[in-house]
Order: sequence, then C-alpha cells, then structure tokens
Amino acid sequence: MKGRNRKLFTTQLAYNVRQALRNFPAIKVDKKRDRMYIVLNGEDPEAIMARCRKIFGIQNMSVALKVENDETAIKEQALNLLTETENVRTFKVSTKRSNKEFPIGSQEFNQVLGGYLLANTENITVDVHQPDLEITVDIRPEATYLTSKKIQGATGLPVGSSGKSLLLLSGGIDSPVAGYLAMKRGVQLEAIHFHSPPYTSERAKEKVLDLAEKLTFYGHSIKVHIVPFTALQQKIHREIPHGYSMTVMRRMMMRISEAVAKQEGILSLITGESLGQVASQTMESMHAINAVTNYPVIRPLVTMDKDEIIRISEDIDMYDISIRPFEDCCTVFVPKQPKTKPKLEKVEQFEVNVEYDQDIQDILSSVETVVVEAKNKQEEEMEDLL
Amino acid sequence: MIYLDNSATTKPNPQVLDSFTKASTQYFGNASSIHGIGMDAERLLRKSREQAASLLEVYPNEIIFTSGGTEGNNLAIKGIALEHQNRGKHIITSSVEHPSVIETCQGLEALGFEVTYLDVDQSGLIEIDSLKKEMREDTILVSVMHVNNEIGMIQPIKEIGEVVQNYPKAFFHVDHVQGYGKVALDIQECHIDLCTISGHKIHGLKGTGVLYVKHNVRLFSLAHGGGQERRIRSGTENVAGIVSLVKAMRLAKENQPKLDEKLTSLKNVLIEQLHSLDRVVINTPKINSAPHIVNFSVRGLKPEVVIHALEDFDIFISTKSACSSKSADESAVLIACGKDRDIAISGLRVSMSYETTEKEIEFFCQKIKEVIKKLSEVMG
Repeated sequence: MKGRNRKLFTTQLAYNVRQALRNFPAIKVDKKRDRMYIVLNGEDPEAIMARCRKIFGIQNMSVALKVENDETAIKEQALNLLTETENVRTFKVSTKRSNKEFPIGSQEFNQVLGGYLLANTENITVDVHQPDLEITVDIRPEATYLTSKKIQGATGLPVGSSGKSLLLLSGGIDSPVAGYLAMKRGVQLEAIHFHSPPYTSERAKEKVLDLAEKLTFYGHSIKVHIVPFTALQQKIHREIPHGYSMTVMRRMMMRISEAVAKQEGILSLITGESLGQVASQTMESMHAINAVTNYPVIRPLVTMDKDEIIRISEDIDMYDISIRPFEDCCTVFVPKQPKTKPKLEKVEQFEVNVEYDQDIQDILSSVETVVVEAKNKQEEEMEDLL
Repeated sequence: MIYLDNSATTKPNPQVLDSFTKASTQYFGNASSIHGIGMDAERLLRKSREQAASLLEVYPNEIIFTSGGTEGNNLAIKGIALEHQNRGKHIITSSVEHPSVIETCQGLEALGFEVTYLDVDQSGLIEIDSLKKEMREDTILVSVMHVNNEIGMIQPIKEIGEVVQNYPKAFFHVDHVQGYGKVALDIQECHIDLCTISGHKIHGLKGTGVLYVKHNVRLFSLAHGGGQERRIRSGTENVAGIVSLVKAMRLAKENQPKLDEKLTSLKNVLIEQLHSLDRVVINTPKINSAPHIVNFSVRGLKPEVVIHALEDFDIFISTKSACSSKSADESAVLIACGKDRDIAISGLRVSMSYETTEKEIEFFCQKIKEVIKKLSEVMG
C-alpha cells in the first residue's frame, strides 16, 4: 500500500482502534508510519488483544515490551521473553536499529544478544530459518521495543476506508454475513429494512436492529432505514400475476434502496444473495431484479454455499439472532410457485399496470431511521450497574 | 441515630439502591422473553451471574439466585435431602445454627430423616473429632454456618470440609450469611458444595440472595415451573434485585480488607470498655470471631429493658438474633456454649457496619454504662 492511500488507512485504523478500545481509558494509541503502538498504561493486555483481534485492517499484533536503550536492560528483558514463552526450542533475533546513536550495529547486536540468550538458557538453540520464536528488537530513538509471539489479526481493511454502502438487511442468516464481509473490505455500512406491519411483527424489526447492533462491533454505529412496505406489497399482490409478484417486489426494493442510497450520498448496495439458493437468486432473477438500478450491487455471498455462510454467521455470533422465528417481508405474500426464470420484458410489461411512482414517493417520505450505536455504550451502562 | 443492629439487617448502600432503580426502569423485561427488551434483561442477568461467580471464584452456572438466606438454607438442605435420600437419610448440623437451618432439619426429621446436632465448645466452636465420630456411611449432608449470627464465632470450615471430603456420599453446605464481606471464605479450598449468601446483610436489598451450588450437585427443586436457575429455582428472575445484590457483593468484597481493620479496632474498644463494667460478661470469644459482632450479657437485667433504655438515646442494638427473638427467653446459642441460664437470658448484641464510627462506639459505651448503672439502682 502506498503514499496517501496508506495514510488514509492508518488514520482510519487508529480512529477505529480508539473507538473499539474506549472502555480502556488509560491507553494511548500511537500511530507510526507502518505500525501502531497501543501504550497500555496499566490496562489489561489480554483483554485489549482480544478486542483488537476483531478489528479489520490489523494484519498481526504482538505484545511489546518497552525497554530503555541500554544493552544490559535489553538483554535481561529479552531473556525473560524467551524463558516465559512455552514450547520454544529454537529462536532467532532480528534487530532493527533506526536509532543510529545506539552504539552497536544491528547485525552485531543480533550476535551479541543471541550469544547472551544461548549462554543463559539450556536446551534452546538458534535457528535463523524456521525458529519457534522470533525476538524482534526495534531500537528507536525514544526506546527499544521487544516483541516475540505474533498473533494473527482480523486482516482486511479498516472499516470506513472503502467508503459507505447500503446493506439490504432482512433478518435472515445471509444479509448480516454479507454486511460483515463487506466491512472486512473496509466498507462502512448503512442498512435498509423492509417492514410490513401487521404482517411482520415489531419483533422482526427488533431482530434486525439486534443484528445491526452486532455489526457495529466490527465498525461504527449503523444507520438503519426502516421502510414501511405494506401498502406497496399489497398493491403488488393485487395487480401482478402471482408467479411474478416476487420479482416485482424485489425490483421495488431495489428502487427504494437506490433512492435511499442517493439521499444518503451512498454509492453502492449490498445484498446477501447467493447464486441458486432460492427462486429470487437464479441468474434470470438477478438479471431481472438488477435491471432497475445501475448502482453497483455488491454480493459478497454470491458464490458461497449455505453451510459456509452459516459457519461465518455462527462465528460472528449472529446465527442465534438470525434464526429467531419471525416473518420478514419476503416470507409473507410468498406465491406458491414463483417464477424461477422470470423474463425481463414480461416483468416490465406487468409493472406498467402498477403506478408505483407515487407509492415510492410516499414510502420515501415516511422512512424511519434508527441509529444503532455500538453495543459498548449499553455494556458500559450495565457494568456501571454492577 | 446510632444503628448497631447490622447482623439483623443493614441499611442499603445508596449505590446499590441506585443500581436497583436504574435496572428496574431500564431493564424491566422478562429475561426469558425472546424480544429485545427481554434479551437486554437477560444479558444483564448473565453479566450479573458472571460477576457473582468471579467474586466467589466459582463458575457462573454454579450461581443460583434466591430470595435470601432463609430460602438459600432451605433449598440447600431440603434440596439435598429430597434428591439424595436413597443414598442415606442422615444429616449433621450444629446446635448453634440459624433457625432457617435448625427448623429445616427438624422439618426433615418429621419426614423420617435423622439429624445429629453437634455440640460446641465454650467458644461455640464445633470440635472436629466429634464431627468425625458422627460421620456415617449414610450421612448425606453436613450443614455448618461460617460466622455465627449471635456471638460471631468463626467455625473451622476448612477442617470440616476436609472431613466431609472423605465421605463421597456427603455434601457440605455452609451458611455464609454473616460471613460474606466480613470474613473471607474460599469455597474451593474448603470443599464446599453449597453456600448461602444474603443480600440485605451486606447493604443490599431484602429479598435477594445467592445459593452457590457446585456444578455437579443435583438438588430437588422447591419451586418447579419455568426452569430458570438451572431448573433448581423456577420463577421469573428478579433482574433488578439480582443486579443490586451483585453490586452489594462487589462493594462488600472490595471493602473487606479495610473494613476488617476498622471493625477489629472498634470491636477491641467495645470489648475493653464493656469488660470493665459491673455485671457485664462478654460472650463473643476473643479469637476466632468476626470483626463486626460483640455479644455480651448484663447479669440480672432484662435485655429488652436495656434495649429500650438505649433507644431513648437513639441507639439501636438487639437481643440475640432477630429471627429467634420471638421465641423463648434464653438464647439457644449461649446455652449451647455452656453459659449459665442468667447469662443466656440476658444476651445483648452489638453489630457494626462500614458506617459505624469511633465516635458512635464511644457514645454507646458511655450510654450503656449510664443505663446499666441506672437500671441496677432500680432493680437492686
């Protein structure tokens, strides 16, 4: 990653890390060019690492020991690191010396420190190719940082660094996973949900808000636009041949989503579609549905199997919410035999009969927008109570 | 007001009350409901359970929330007896237990259980040898309190636990109601299977409590229904009460070391001052006793009269325990410790809290002196 792009990413990442760690008031986040330091100031490193593992944009991380720029001090702490790590038979020292005032060169210091460690341990040898433990010594002007074990981060890009997208969030298993995967590539989300009271219940809406809340864990607060869809759905049910009603309903959802995206200055849509999963997700259906918008429609799950999707859903703790048994707007008015291969020309013909422009205008003027805050706020509240 | 009856009940800590009010208004949902409000309540309940567990250094699923000490003791004793009666029907407890233990055992005797009430020595302590003698193959439960509510002695829980440990069929229950927050107790180290704690004795609210039930211990439920609390205690969870309890537990545990220091020095002052008075006999043993309780008798003076005389100075103390004060005149605990009847019928208890000050204790000592002198003149 280069130049200004990198700066953008690291700035976003530093912001995200500060947000995610705001329950640890004593820490200080110190952003350097190619890495970031979290100065603990007494906070619990384990808890902080656990939280950081969920932050997209972190490749790997390790606990670093800050030592003064003094040969003896570095040696002692390095020895501690080595002896405290379990199952180490071989090690390697890699020194970087950006502080040229430090009297020993990096190559030489590798040998000095390696020799010291060998002399003070038993049954541990050096292996420069595949060591069990690599001890990195980063000698900087302000201090020396010692790190050892690397822990895999969540990878991906910092949320917010790839702009914003509007997620069509139904309450099922797929769409939250789609949102999560988009976030992994740095997308900040807003969500749109189609609500058809009284056919769909208040609980279905809460379920969607709970899912959105789970998603906030990986990024920022999420605006959820709740669209009153009942009247238009009834109209479609009345006016459109049943085999095509589902396709038309989806097209309406796309139109409304695009309009909301436009209002919010969002440039793309995300759906949880997976090829061949249901009638609306055949190639023909996607073609017919997609035809109403020229906004990019991101479909992170399009080639995934259902069990892969379920596995991710479980991993990110959404599955139990997703399977709560409430109807959503896609499952009411489901025709007995929806067309699996709808023809675009026919769909367009049928739609001529529905004068939907005014309906969409009405809907847009009565969208309810809820800002779902990161859970941390409530967590904090609960912790205060206890 | 000088409130020195903290073993009967304590004044709720304002922070605890605040948590209760907030939890009642913001998390009023039924924790078993599947909607969001229910889920929030459930999440709060889960957090509370985790915190209670970490305070007691046990697992979250070992925490059963109850309505307090009496329920906890009943559930532990009856729950074990009814569930495991085919292993044996013998129960061991002591003669100085709280009525919620003694009477529960008596109730079980009526159902055909056999109960041994261990004698205690002059300090009120169980002798390990006599426990060993009474342990049998059909003993299914040993129930002993940690800190005595009337005179404050501390039972040798760890040693008792080690004895019970040798009898795989027997469970060990500890009534920790007076001990929590005053005298530390290590549930694991003492091999405890069941442990009762009450909220209102630790500046929480009445109607709240915990029964620790070790994960592999089965109890017969005394409240069947919705299956809450590991199916051991059904009933809609009192989330706000539980939150307040766990907060009180945290505050009590955090303050314990400081409190111990303070109360021990106040207790020493009290004992020294009281000891110098005519007619006064100190019933609380010098060693192995909790820092917050001082029990003493004023020979020849009716304790009620002393209490009411002190009340005129806005000082509140008690006769034996509030739970026993409605029954006969003499204190069963003092009798069990081998005290003469005239001492056993004239027991008075001072029990302190974190709010008790040195000044209050000085004032109390001065007034009790005056009261005893004055009453002695009248009564001759």
